[in-house]
Amino acid sequence: MVESAGLEGAKGRERRIWRTLESVADPEIPVVNIVELGIVRRVRTGTDGRLSVGITPTYSGCPATEVITRSIRDTLDQNGFADVMLETVLWPPWSSEWLSESGRRKLEAFGIAVERPAGAQVACPRCASHQVERISEFGSTPCKAHYRCRECLEPFDTFKCL
Amino acid sequence: MSAPAEAGVAQASTAERVEYLLRLADTSLIAGQRLGELLGHGPALEEDLALGNISLDLIGQARLLLALAGRIEGNGRDEDALAFLRDAPQFRNMSLAEQPNGDFAETIVRQCLLDAWQLETYESLTGSREEALADIAHKAVKECRYHWRFSAGWLVRLGDGTDESHARLAAALGTLWRFTDELLTPDALDARMAVCGIGPAPGLIRERWEMRVSAALAEAKLQKPPHQHYPWHGKRGVHSEHLGHLLTEMQFVPRAYPGATW
Repeated sequence: MVESAGLEGAKGRERRIWRTLESVADPEIPVVNIVELGIVRRVRTGTDGRLSVGITPTYSGCPATEVITRSIRDTLDQNGFADVMLETVLWPPWSSEWLSESGRRKLEAFGIAVERPAGAQVACPRCASHQVERISEFGSTPCKAHYRCRECLEPFDTFKCL
Repeated sequence: MSAPAEAGVAQASTAERVEYLLRLADTSLIAGQRLGELLGHGPALEEDLALGNISLDLIGQARLLLALAGRIEGNGRDEDALAFLRDAPQFRNMSLAEQPNGDFAETIVRQCLLDAWQLETYESLTGSREEALADIAHKAVKECRYHWRFSAGWLVRLGDGTDESHARLAAALGTLWRFTDELLTPDALDARMAVCGIGPAPGLIRERWEMRVSAALAEAKLQKPPHQHYPWHGKRGVHSEHLGHLLTEMQFVPRAYPGATW
């Protein structure tokens, strides 16, 4: 297949955009980037050759969404991608399954546990005990719930399973 | 922008589609603003955070819906213009959403009755022929599920709690039940949306809402109040006195300083 005009093919530019976006940290949880969080849904080249980045909000009311959109715009502009369009993608809706494995590990190392879908137990990020209880389904940000470890007695945040 | 044409299915007009979206959007917006009044005043830190988070979700849903209504309307009104530059008679929220927070029992009962309605409505709207609305509904329904878990959880805890908490919940139910008929009785626009494949089939939401709410009330050991037909028509722009007061606070800055930006 012959790639479109320019020194670099469309696929190459898309890959460079993905790598560039990996440098954008989540404003509330800066240990993870927005690609790991599953906020970047797609990078694609339209039939007219224009590139677009599709991003999805985690929660409808997440106040970080606007900051993230602005950071993505600035980062793209600074890296020579000023012509790349940003699009909001609502469907399929974001769920915690969009969180990458490396994102999960970084969150846990940072002290934020991650709820796993269907039955799998939350582990305390300090002592790894499964003797934990959920205090509230709501925490310091829309994406987190509030837990307590019954073993080491520490309270901790948990990334919700949505 | 139009809903995709399909042989044999009635086509809704732009005005009808905008009007219907405003009912959904305004109900979320006004309920979200009401809960926002409680920030820093929740009975405990966890409840304060929970109510604040639910408020954020509702305002987020309202923004998506208002932006869509503005795009379909095509007169250049964005979500801010629709939220901040309309007066009470132009709001289309359900009357229940604008009722004051009262004590914690009233807040919980209002949210419970409303959460059940939003949950069933958005669940059904995931199949709407208004595709952008279906996308929003897919997102909103996930949030409405945990809103309902929160409010129904408190309904049961307080209803099946002490004599005092039970009495307060029963009183709140008595006050707020009259506003539920508006949620569940389709009017001409609701019926039209159903025919056009945009809104839920008539009767569907009542059936599912009754099932959900009755089960929660039974678990909370609360008597379901008798059916009350009450002439509240918030969804047609006829509001209680409470909405105007809410709007004066919510709209003050954009009204006093038109075009102000951060």
